[in-house]
Amino acid sequence: MSILVDSNTRLLVQGITGREGSFHTTQMVEYGTNVVAGVTPGKKGEQVAGVPVFDTVQEAVAETGANASIIYVPAKFAPDAIYEAVDSGVALVVCITEGVPINDMVPVYAYVNANGARLIGPNCPGLITPGQAKVGIMPGFIHEPGSVGLVSRSGTLTYEVVDMLTKAGLGQSTAVGIGGDPVIGTSFVDVLRLFEADPETESIVMIGEIGGSDEEDAAVFIREHVTKPVVSFIAGQTAPPGKRMGHAGAIISGGSGSAADKIEALEAAGVRVAQSPSQVPALLKEAIAAA
Amino acid sequence: MNVHEYQAAEILARYGVPVNPGRVAESPEEASAVAAEYGGTVVVKAQVHTGGRGKAGGIKLAHSPEEAREAAAAILGMDISGHTVNKVLVAKGVTIAQEFYLGVVLDRPNRQVLVMASAEGGVDIEEVARERPDKIVQRRADPVLGFHPYLARELGFALGLPATQVNGFAAIAQQLYEAYMGEDATLVEVNPLILTEDGEWRAIDSKMSFDDNALFRHGETEQMRDFAEENLTELDARNSGISFVKLDGDIGCIVNGAGLAMATMDAVKQHGGEPANFLDVGGGASASQVAKAFSLVTADPNVKAILINIFGGITRGDVVADGIREALAEVEVSAPIVVRLSGTNADEGKDILAKAGLTAVDTMDEAAASVVAAAHGRAD
Repeated sequence: MSILVDSNTRLLVQGITGREGSFHTTQMVEYGTNVVAGVTPGKKGEQVAGVPVFDTVQEAVAETGANASIIYVPAKFAPDAIYEAVDSGVALVVCITEGVPINDMVPVYAYVNANGARLIGPNCPGLITPGQAKVGIMPGFIHEPGSVGLVSRSGTLTYEVVDMLTKAGLGQSTAVGIGGDPVIGTSFVDVLRLFEADPETESIVMIGEIGGSDEEDAAVFIREHVTKPVVSFIAGQTAPPGKRMGHAGAIISGGSGSAADKIEALEAAGVRVAQSPSQVPALLKEAIAAA
Repeated sequence: MNVHEYQAAEILARYGVPVNPGRVAESPEEASAVAAEYGGTVVVKAQVHTGGRGKAGGIKLAHSPEEAREAAAAILGMDISGHTVNKVLVAKGVTIAQEFYLGVVLDRPNRQVLVMASAEGGVDIEEVARERPDKIVQRRADPVLGFHPYLARELGFALGLPATQVNGFAAIAQQLYEAYMGEDATLVEVNPLILTEDGEWRAIDSKMSFDDNALFRHGETEQMRDFAEENLTELDARNSGISFVKLDGDIGCIVNGAGLAMATMDAVKQHGGEPANFLDVGGGASASQVAKAFSLVTADPNVKAILINIFGGITRGDVVADGIREALAEVEVSAPIVVRLSGTNADEGKDILAKAGLTAVDTMDEAAASVVAAAHGRAD
């Protein structure tokens, strides 16, 4: 087992003929992901990395039985792509696109939930179950199958931590990048709930950053519902208030969202919080030994 | 993106909000002329993208055109928390019977838009939220259907307004919500919203911030940008697809990825240094991006050493190394450079850097320690 994606995932790529879409489709196919279809309106009949292209998601799902979708379309068109996937019965929608307006995401979030689908992102690297399915833009080779569940708001910082975990002999069950925007489809709490229920995930690493209160909410959830050892790192301890640090959601505003508040909440919930990403593997081993 | 009070008031007026009449002035003479036109008492208010104007002396009452001239002369050129005042708003004086707060924000935990109000208007609302949260009433808009009129009325009744004033208040609450949605704002605030002695509603001080990701569909908002209020280096960076935030330290940072860039700043601090900036070169990290990053970082005279931290993912280490090599041929960099390269094709990248006379280290901690030592003029 693992969470959300595995060898049974039949992946559809929206925006497959674009520069990003075609490049990452090739990468995902090479990793071994079962990419069954692509969609670009007007490009039916083409192929990308051996994957057939359709005009509509409806058609792609009917022809190939796709059960998950990954979106590489520009920000202006990303909400429409999410609606199209959900309306076509796709249960898991991963939106890589960066720069989607917040006001577009508010109704998208409500719609996805009302229709029983799950959205990961936007503005995220996607997710990977090592050795089974890479549904995203992360470098596959740094991952190893194992029992650490990883969840993060970041991209390259996640790769940094995964790389160190792998080098320390700590493979991953699934690594999920939930995205750096203020309105995202899946929160830390959602992923923690899935990891807690997954028998193959034995420990959890959570990589947070400044902005919002999802880490504080996660701390409450961990205290009440998570029995597995959790280690965390929070980026942005030196970030000044009122400044957006790259990610749209990474901003300390109105005196809330600071790294210090998040670290305090997590430590109060019994989470070991690393001072730097390099401490994560050792802290995790310590937490596993103590559990 | 932020705009000035007078610009926010202009936008809100388009949505029907009864904003208090006022006109912007850039000289004491202009201020005096506006005061003469309005007659009676006016308020002269500094237009800067920061709070605390009143405490800094940036808001003054004037009872005559001459007093308005004097007030504007005192306020124009004033420094308020590092912002120089270039414009004042000259607004009609009003007699306040009651003050309120009314605002629209994103409720991040619930992923919904929130309209909130308080009868404790005219004061710092964040302080009210912290110390007397029961004094704030709020209702969330339906994500699809919007902010129903009944929700706006509920807010009015919850504030304890007399029945005759509830509809007027509710209309303004809805107008603020419409402005928030229509303009892709991230904040709309009127503080204070007042009732005059004649029982009329007036928006005395308006504030709006906008979603940068939605500016592509709001050319008019983009036109309102005041370049004097912006960090030009940050704007220049954004136009090249680079996220840059100027900080006060002396160690320049060039990193791929926002999360890793924050973690890199933290590592510099932990090793006894102070970061000079946050910089995310973005996805590609091509030679031209890296060259741009170097020019942004070296433009800061405080920078004593530069840390480049790249985790090669889809962006390969050898491509980034080539970018660094080519960039150094284009841009002269005199500060010592420490490179950390890991991930995809890191070894090939290190070979390329070695030929360019740069040594790359493997870990972020090593790199942070080296760059701090270099900035302080020590060997590792």
